[in-house]
Amino acid sequence: MSSMSDMRTVFASAASSLVDEDPLVAVVLAEISADLFAKAAARHPDRVLNVGIREQLMVSVAGGLALAGLRPIVHTYAPFLVERAFEQVKLDLGHQEARAVLVSIGASYDAARAGRTHQAPEDVALLDTVPGFAVQVPGHPDEVPGLLRGAVGVLSSGSTYLRLSTESNRSALPLWPGLQVVRAGRQAVVVAVGPMLSPVLDAVSDLDVTVAYATTVRPFDGEGLAALVPASGAVVLAEPYLAGTSAYLASAALTGRSAFRLLSLGVGRAELRRYGTPSYHAALHGLDAAGIRRSVTDFLARRTESYLGV
Amino acid sequence: MRSYAELAGLMTVMTGDEKHGPSATSTLDVLWVLYDRVLRVGPDRLDDPGRDRFLLSKGHGPVAYYAVLAAKGFIPESWLTGFGSAGSPLGYHPDRNLIPGVEIASGSLGHGLPVGVGLAHGLLARGLVTPRVFVLVGDAELDEGSNNEAIVYAGAVGLPNLMVVAVDNQSSSYGWGPGGIEAHFAVSGWSATRVSGRDHGGLASALGAPGDRPRLVVAAVEGKS
Repeated sequence: MSSMSDMRTVFASAASSLVDEDPLVAVVLAEISADLFAKAAARHPDRVLNVGIREQLMVSVAGGLALAGLRPIVHTYAPFLVERAFEQVKLDLGHQEARAVLVSIGASYDAARAGRTHQAPEDVALLDTVPGFAVQVPGHPDEVPGLLRGAVGVLSSGSTYLRLSTESNRSALPLWPGLQVVRAGRQAVVVAVGPMLSPVLDAVSDLDVTVAYATTVRPFDGEGLAALVPASGAVVLAEPYLAGTSAYLASAALTGRSAFRLLSLGVGRAELRRYGTPSYHAALHGLDAAGIRRSVTDFLARRTESYLGV
Repeated sequence: MRSYAELAGLMTVMTGDEKHGPSATSTLDVLWVLYDRVLRVGPDRLDDPGRDRFLLSKGHGPVAYYAVLAAKGFIPESWLTGFGSAGSPLGYHPDRNLIPGVEIASGSLGHGLPVGVGLAHGLLARGLVTPRVFVLVGDAELDEGSNNEAIVYAGAVGLPNLMVVAVDNQSSSYGWGPGGIEAHFAVSGWSATRVSGRDHGGLASALGAPGDRPRLVVAAVEGKS
């Protein structure tokens, strides 16, 4: 795969290949990205389905396909996939034990110019309430095909949410199911999820901290985290979605320690009512390199400022 | 195997009531005709890919459903006694993961038909052209907008293996206007008909005929009040 392509394009190509290779793989769309699947739909009209602008139906159809023994991949914009059709995700997939791979685009503030209607930084937190979903957050387009194949490959044991973004790290890392140490340090461990890795590395370049990279956030690698926590007990989570989404799992993983401190960086809850670019929104949420650096240095100096209420 | 006449007794085991009002039995005749004369299903072929799929979308009031499942040998009659109690697989809404022969867990309205559309697609994609998907909905359940997404789409793509039975006890607050429920399906390309929900021969004949497009059978029964 060329790193010149964005995650969505790479995903459509990889999913189309899977439909070619495996007679049980199906794709369900609700207009979004239908152009990228036109060739696959022409080859496999019975397994590449565009239901129109009907997100509830899209998810329910995936549930029905799974009940018929197929392996559905469901794809649209994050707020329409996870929020608009949430009861369908909860019941027609989760409660039925019908498995699917949900693939979103438009992560957090990717659609900064489009406004709140096209943003769902709450997606992982919300999906986290449905038992049995793995969550994969690639940080680079080249990581997408492997994660997609892996997700389709484990459909017999569970569903996956694959969260694509236009934000990307400078380079891809080899796929690894748990935390992957990128650099080692002594004062804290900083967990960088998906596309947070490059800004985190820039932010802490001269700080004595460990940086661990995660694409798989559910299941959460609590054991890996516990093993990386330094004597200071300082832990930073840098997540590209709602701040604190994984805090309860980090806390649970560290309950055996006599003491730890946790800083949760991520997207704030306040309604910003601002347009502009994704990088402008990253700065507003303190998720650009400068903001992360400010938060981490304050945290290490024990000035525990919260960014939960940006 | 039990007869139709014995269903009332099985229902009494669950409810404790000797008599069952129209709202408890609105689906009883449709369910009996489906399981007795139409569906190619059985307790001996629960995982047969070629079986018909019956989705009780209207999961409310499942007493008649459980009675029919017991009468047809899908579940032991001894299960009926504990209906709704801790440890019983039979809840006030059915769960496919707990009850043999139950194809979907239902309760929240407006899910069965959209799932049925996916199931119908999936069977055809697997080359299974014989089995049909039957979805039982209530007339008030069709208030849920998710059904409309499925009705328009299924009509447009023309799934011939999809059958909806709408049990109409006139319980939708705003009704369906002139032409009834069937007009709303017909305008989307479904074949649609109305029969008495108490006429076993009429139901069997209406439900038994597959066509070249999705089909709606409105089974009219007495109103709730």
